[in-house]
Amino acid sequence: MTPPEWLDDDAGPVVRPYALTRGRARSSADDLDLIAMVTASGNAPRDPAEISPEQWRILDITARATSVVDIASDLDLAIGVVRVLLGDLQDQGLIRVRPPAQVAPLPSERILKEVINGLRAL
Amino acid sequence: MAFAPSDEPVALKILVAGGFGVGKTTLVGAISEIRPLRTEEVLSDRGVGVDDVGGVEAKTTTTVAMDFGRITIREGLVVYLFGTPGQERFWFMWDELSYGALGAVVIADTRRLTDCFPSIDYFEQRGTPFIVAVNCFDGAERYEPDDVRIALDLDPEVPVLLCDVRRRASAKVVLITLVEHALKTLTAAQR
Repeated sequence: MTPPEWLDDDAGPVVRPYALTRGRARSSADDLDLIAMVTASGNAPRDPAEISPEQWRILDITARATSVVDIASDLDLAIGVVRVLLGDLQDQGLIRVRPPAQVAPLPSERILKEVINGLRAL
Repeated sequence: MAFAPSDEPVALKILVAGGFGVGKTTLVGAISEIRPLRTEEVLSDRGVGVDDVGGVEAKTTTTVAMDFGRITIREGLVVYLFGTPGQERFWFMWDELSYGALGAVVIADTRRLTDCFPSIDYFEQRGTPFIVAVNCFDGAERYEPDDVRIALDLDPEVPVLLCDVRRRASAKVVLITLVEHALKTLTAAQR
């Protein structure tokens, strides 16, 4: 096998998981928290042919608000890959992302008490 | 104060830390619905000085499986458990994992107590509420929680408890202790 000449020294080895993102490893959703909540906006994509099967699945899953980790887990894709796919959907206005700042850092006393009771009932 | 409208789903994050082989995976499995989760292992300049990357290309990425579990408290209220990767080269992930975390369980093994020092240092510095759960391995000498507290030089308010992470009931007590501790920390901060 001939070595892939188009790779320069800086490119490093090809990373297979990112084939789904056409090789891109960065996106507008790079900083998306693991437990940020994603909800499909319900808008129709401008060009449905641009949406990959994985992204259609994301739109399907996020018909109800779903966390970034659950999306990654459901799709069985690495978190970084999911962030790129989500970034594209976000850029096209197809999903809404609720950052964890509104979700987790300071959960209310009420929520924590509910969690304690829920754990006791497990 | 209602923090989130009742129709908005709430997700909480709890970290499970400790040395290699201390029972992180077992604890997550004993109490939660285990879910597959993969992330990238990045050996880039972040690893320089932390890990020996001699002979490894400048940018290498592979995917690695993470300990990840979900506890559904009710519709719209979910607790996620994340096992923090033990090896030092994964420390870049700790910041991401600990951001917005409700708190952390540090599992300790009395036969190798020093293994949990980095975790304790980390959470102390970040101000993340944490508890120390001493996993009682078969054949290991039993120590009282207070002895462990002294050995680890913990602040008096940090809960220390003995546990058997294989048992669901014990894992439950560990998580409840953490959430109660987080609640106490939160209430104290609001005063």
